[in-house]
Amino acid sequence: MLYLLGRETLHTAFGFGDFALFTGRSFCSVVKSRRLRRRIVRAVYEQGTVCLPVILIVGVFTGLVLGLQGYHVLNRFGSEGLLGTLVSLSLVREMAPVLASLMLIGQAGSALAAELGIQRNTEQIAALETMGVNSHGYLVAPRLIAALLVFPIQTALFVVVGFWGGSLSGSLLLGVDSGVYWSSVRRAVESQDVRECFIKAAAFGLLSISICAYQGFHADRCRSGTGAQAVSASTTRAVVYSSIMVLIADYIISSFFI
Amino acid sequence: MDAAKQDHLLHVEALQKSFDGRHVLKGVELGVPRGSIFTVLGPSGAGKSVFLKCLANILQPDAGRISFDGHSLSPADPGGRAEFRRRCSFLFQSNALFDSLTALENVALPLEQTTKLTDREIRETSLEALRQLEMDDFRDHYPGQLSGGMQKRLALARAIVTHPELVLFDEPTAGLDPLRRNAVFAMIAKYKLLFNFTALIVTHDVVEALVASDRVALLNEGRICFEGTPAEFSASAHPVVCGFRDSAKALDNALEAIRQGTRAGSL
Repeated sequence: MLYLLGRETLHTAFGFGDFALFTGRSFCSVVKSRRLRRRIVRAVYEQGTVCLPVILIVGVFTGLVLGLQGYHVLNRFGSEGLLGTLVSLSLVREMAPVLASLMLIGQAGSALAAELGIQRNTEQIAALETMGVNSHGYLVAPRLIAALLVFPIQTALFVVVGFWGGSLSGSLLLGVDSGVYWSSVRRAVESQDVRECFIKAAAFGLLSISICAYQGFHADRCRSGTGAQAVSASTTRAVVYSSIMVLIADYIISSFFI
Repeated sequence: MDAAKQDHLLHVEALQKSFDGRHVLKGVELGVPRGSIFTVLGPSGAGKSVFLKCLANILQPDAGRISFDGHSLSPADPGGRAEFRRRCSFLFQSNALFDSLTALENVALPLEQTTKLTDREIRETSLEALRQLEMDDFRDHYPGQLSGGMQKRLALARAIVTHPELVLFDEPTAGLDPLRRNAVFAMIAKYKLLFNFTALIVTHDVVEALVASDRVALLNEGRICFEGTPAEFSASAHPVVCGFRDSAKALDNALEAIRQGTRAGSL
């Protein structure tokens, strides 16, 4: 029992250290990597354009639900006029960065982990290394840089469509005055909230994409199987670990801003 | 350094590698002469691919010394490793082509990432490599749209586009029918003459290897048990060489024994 506990603790500590080295090495490789811009553009397309419909749909419905639930709670106290405040602060401070990141992990992160896992399995990563190409610089660095750009932009879009969703359910369907709703939105959101939102989005993007890339890149280290099984296991781990880490990071960052 | 060693482009001494206590390479000694086609034969599971991956630094050997053109390839000498990677190419058994890139992009990849050539020069050099391997009509095809033989040619085009001095071939004929096996060995011999590289091939195809190679070695149970010319291999009385060389004859004998047993009603 003690042996197992010790072994797993060491394994986890090794994993964290190795992950930190992997992320650091990927960032450092930016300096040496050639023709990086083209690959960043492609990564922005993969993470940004492809995931945009999901972000918009989830953003609208989050705003709709917040408007609906918020209206009925505030109505008990006769404070429907504060619906805009409730929707905007919930979205900007918490819902948008977290939900947008979870959606991006589900779509772009899982795809990245599976792609790198297959590339590891079919020796494409080994081929890069034998050619003298820095595999971190070629495969991982552009995705990390793209995440720093895409996650904040997607989160901002999530916020905007979420505001419209809140307005739709609050004003159009439940009768809150539209002017009151939008004026409380404008009054509630301060520059510190916007800063918190973008810091969270960038941190979640970096964290989740580097976890997904790490899991896919090291799919051959999977202890539960090889081949397709290893790719499947590494993709699952990528989604689970990055989702958990996003929520942990959310708590830590929020505690600094409150 | 003695004269024979100086003439070797690649020299391997006492190379060892084990996995979870299982010794795969138990002290491999080998010298690959400059400009030759050198084939390492051996049964499946003898450690041929592990040997090649240790040379290419995909796997880290446990012990031993590898030198390339007189320079040691130890982990303590990253400069030597970088030089080796610059002057050496590896053709994987699975071809390891990037399935999301077209044929032209696959060939251009090492040039884009390791040289300072302009986009135009990269395109021209890559197209020339594809042309020489009669693949230029398929420049916009993805690897998945090409046949096995074409993929092999494409992988070779990518391997030679940087004009390497040494090309390592890992089981280049694995899974191919006899006609295609001949074609692959003929292709290696042809392009070796054209580009003047040194080829180190690992395979278990004895017949084709003996015809196409300048020198052969036999890897058995983690050690080189024979090294010489194909003529010496054919004449060798070494029991492992005889067993490997005459494997087709042994199959014939076994089948004949089964047939005779069937006739006698013993089966």
